[in-house]
Amino acid sequence: MKFTHSKRVIPGFGLTMGVTIAMLSLLILIPLASVFVYAFRMSGAEFLGTVTNSAVLYAFRTSIICALLAALINCVFGTILAWVLVRYDFPGKRFLDGLIELPFALPTAVAGITLSKMYSTTGILGKPLAGLGIEVSYTHLGLLVALVFIGIPFVVRAIQPVLEKLDPQYEEAAYILGASRRKTFFRIILSELRPALLTGFGLAFARGLGEYGSVIYISGNSAKEHTQVVSYVIMQKLNYMDYASATSIALILLIISFLMLLFVNMVQVRQSKRTNNV
Amino acid sequence: MKKEQQGSAATRNILIIIAIAFVVIMLVLPLAAVIGNSLKKGFEFYMHAITAKYVISALKVTLLATVVAVGVNTFFGIISSWVITKFSFRGKQLLATLIDIPFSISPVIAGLAFIMTFGRLGWAYPILENISRITGMDIQIVFALPGVLLATIFVTFPFVSREIIPVLNAEGKDEEEAAALMGAKGFYIFRKITFPQMKWALVYGIILCAARALGEFGAVAALSKTRGETFTLPLEIDALYLSGDSDSLVAAFAVSSILVIIAIVVLILRNIMEYRAKLRAAEK
Repeated sequence: MKFTHSKRVIPGFGLTMGVTIAMLSLLILIPLASVFVYAFRMSGAEFLGTVTNSAVLYAFRTSIICALLAALINCVFGTILAWVLVRYDFPGKRFLDGLIELPFALPTAVAGITLSKMYSTTGILGKPLAGLGIEVSYTHLGLLVALVFIGIPFVVRAIQPVLEKLDPQYEEAAYILGASRRKTFFRIILSELRPALLTGFGLAFARGLGEYGSVIYISGNSAKEHTQVVSYVIMQKLNYMDYASATSIALILLIISFLMLLFVNMVQVRQSKRTNNV
Repeated sequence: MKKEQQGSAATRNILIIIAIAFVVIMLVLPLAAVIGNSLKKGFEFYMHAITAKYVISALKVTLLATVVAVGVNTFFGIISSWVITKFSFRGKQLLATLIDIPFSISPVIAGLAFIMTFGRLGWAYPILENISRITGMDIQIVFALPGVLLATIFVTFPFVSREIIPVLNAEGKDEEEAAALMGAKGFYIFRKITFPQMKWALVYGIILCAARALGEFGAVAALSKTRGETFTLPLEIDALYLSGDSDSLVAAFAVSSILVIIAIVVLILRNIMEYRAKLRAAEK
């Protein structure tokens, strides 16, 4: 089959490649490049001045820490959910499985106002929590709840297929060799799941970092309480027509997103190489 | 496997309880809360809220944006998945990564990108001005309908191709190569071989794309400022929610409930699709 590499048998390469690149460039790459072009036209001092503004720095800190924490929480619950869905049978399992993707299907603004209402001091979950002295809406905790909500499907859907395909031989071998069940899980299964976990983590983190609709209602967006997220600050600058600040902040957020995307892709390429070589 | 399950009955039960509790608290409760809040002032108020003038206008804009985004992205999805799965070339991984960009960047940045392209400061603004002058039309992109459409296309860009590519990769390209060697034309090969393979993935991709297009908020919010003209349903929900009085608050949830029902339908369709795919895999 070597000749298929030197000469393409299937027709339509030029045409479909051309259309793909043209549409990708016109709809995605050129508009994104405009952000870069505008940001690079600014002087270094001007750029640094806008991004090192204390409100902006706090927003970055809030976004990064909350997105990281939410992704970590999702790794824990995502692994449990995937494990339960793959390994156990129980009534309502299909229903549970079907609900996992709700955060993908539900519009972010709807999720945002609903979570905000639920966790406010008068809401169904907020009221009992407030009785315990825990305030959720309009705090960092609320932000975290929203980010866990939107991130969970990324982790579950990354781990589930890997767990399904996992060869039970390894576990049996470990078991026969005398490893405890816990040891088997942490040493054997978790190390097999690592690439999938990293992928899920990366995707959930990237999504959480740029999230807008589901967090702006529940976070309260207070500059004083440091509950503003980066995308909120960008939107605020846009509304004030402060395009220089909006673009510089966006540029940094874009660079972080690209790095995350690169990271996820590297993990996936490595994973597919490994599984194909076996 | 059986023995293991019996042995760890306690672990099993605890894990199942954690999983169910998580899903109920994090996912089921919010759904119930939307419906509950939307009916707080009675059914009549609900009907009144979802047929308000602004809501109808927002519904029209949302549907238009969804239809356009689904059309463009379905076309792109089919073409790009053909390139990526049927040929080997250098930079394939890069191309796939570039297509996925809208997944991992903030929707607000998507909105900003179009403002920096077509807005007053954008490099394309003078070009648009010139076209407007020559043709005598007043072409507006930013803060107008075209901006809303572009933003919606942007955020849903990879949805269709992402669903098709794994399916076509799994099918391989032997059949297409055989057909081509026997002299079949490109479109004929696509229609007879590739399309039947990708059919269900395509349908599912379209459903996902439509669901996301209906609900896009951040990107459209940056590009749409006129309530009753360029507002989509999520923007209308935002406006109602933020206006503060208790009637608008309930109305915001009433409008949300429409989108929740659509989301539930999408989830059910997704599950039917997955069930079919599993059945077919079992047949092989």
